[in-house]
Amino acid sequence: MVNGSSGGAAWEVEKLVMGAPSIRVSGGYCFDDVQLFDGVELEIVAGQWTCLLGASGVGKSTILRLILGLETGGEFLGEIVTSDGLDLTGRVSYMAQSDLLLPWLNVVDNVVLGTRLRGEDVDMARAETLIERIGLSEHRAKFPNELSGGMRQRVALGRTLMEERPIMLLDEPFSALDASTRADMQELAFEMLRGKTVLLVTHDPAEAARLGHKIVVLSASEARVWDVPETVAIRDVNGAEVVDCQAGLLAHLRGTGK
Amino acid sequence: MKKFDIIWAAVLGVCLWQLVVWVTGAPHFILPSPWRVVQMGYTSRALIAEHAWVTVLEVVLGLVIGSVLGIVSAIVLAASALCRRLFLPILVFSQAIPVFALAPILTLWFGYGIGSKIVMTVLIIYFPVTSAFHDGLARTPRGMLDLAEVMGARDWRVMWRIRVPAALPALGSGLKLAAVYAPIGAVIGEWVGASRGLGYLMLLANGRAKIDLMFACLIVLAIFAICLHALVGRFADYLDGYSKRG
Repeated sequence: MVNGSSGGAAWEVEKLVMGAPSIRVSGGYCFDDVQLFDGVELEIVAGQWTCLLGASGVGKSTILRLILGLETGGEFLGEIVTSDGLDLTGRVSYMAQSDLLLPWLNVVDNVVLGTRLRGEDVDMARAETLIERIGLSEHRAKFPNELSGGMRQRVALGRTLMEERPIMLLDEPFSALDASTRADMQELAFEMLRGKTVLLVTHDPAEAARLGHKIVVLSASEARVWDVPETVAIRDVNGAEVVDCQAGLLAHLRGTGK
Repeated sequence: MKKFDIIWAAVLGVCLWQLVVWVTGAPHFILPSPWRVVQMGYTSRALIAEHAWVTVLEVVLGLVIGSVLGIVSAIVLAASALCRRLFLPILVFSQAIPVFALAPILTLWFGYGIGSKIVMTVLIIYFPVTSAFHDGLARTPRGMLDLAEVMGARDWRVMWRIRVPAALPALGSGLKLAAVYAPIGAVIGEWVGASRGLGYLMLLANGRAKIDLMFACLIVLAIFAICLHALVGRFADYLDGYSKRG
């Protein structure tokens, strides 16, 4: 997130740090001698939203964990490269389906968790600005159990944004929310993550059709690039092109389409 | 349990006791009546208080020292795979030794004073506290640990800021168990060899056929144990509430 108010040299530094690369994942993965996917080529576009769909258990979340550098329990044969050639460590942030808020910390302390865990000085002013932008200023001193599901997911979004990392991996972060909260969250996240390289793993064709600059359908043998609607993301939930795209995706996922 | 329930249970217990005395017609040097015990307790209050104070001190010190040792051990075990491999089997195996059987040795090593009783209490509660807290520390939700890893957290900060707070309810149940065991440890220690304490006074009273005094000591001990349990229980509830926020 390049902030227009900061100027001069500082801005240049920030631009360098924040420069969001594209990521290419290629190869295969097996778990307990069972090949999950093989020969997959996935290109995650720089500074845009790439939505990854596919049947359950095909390895969508595994790809996400591989990029995050987390333990997957299986074996990955292949490579993950970035367009700027730099290591991914410390440049990736993520949001999961569960908000993963710590119940014993209030909103502010949850948002600044990463800074605390690294033992860095906490930039409270920035945290407060972020909390205001996610619309939780009034609730800043509340604990997670006092918040609704949508608010909790907003805190999780604030926590990932506080990390100031150029790459954002989202593992179905909106799937547990009710329909209208989900639509709100999609808009908020899309707005707040502008300029970052985003990979959104989702089960929901409608979500992909609405948010994706690029849509990829993962299967055991390929990562197939799907045509996105011609309008610019983020799209209207009920736009004809969105509904069309969604229907096509759904038919494909159910094995009844083209 | 509600206060009300405890009071009723106590009243019921006393009634049953009195009933047994009436029905069996047991002499007072075998089973004194509740009233006799109360009288004895009142006339010997200074004597009982003097000895009770020693036992309370042993139990509380043992409980605090044992809990601190248990908490530190659990954290070290949870933090280091090497320590787990080296010490966990020893710890589990050590539980095969009945701690009571060690009491004479402890008296030999630490003397007749309160030292040996505190060590006894520490030994008895160390394992439940360590084991309960370690289990809790080992069960930190996977997602929280993943998140910390992605954030680039240092291990000991993850321990302090995530794993320990998440394991506080487990520590609470360990402490509750410890509160039950701690008075047992102290009293057994006093039975084996002491010149002060409620356990010692009970043995003394028993030897002189002052069964009513013995019962009075027992009741004081029971009241203390119940208070201790309630107090530690409230602390455990606090830990639970802190970790889960309601």
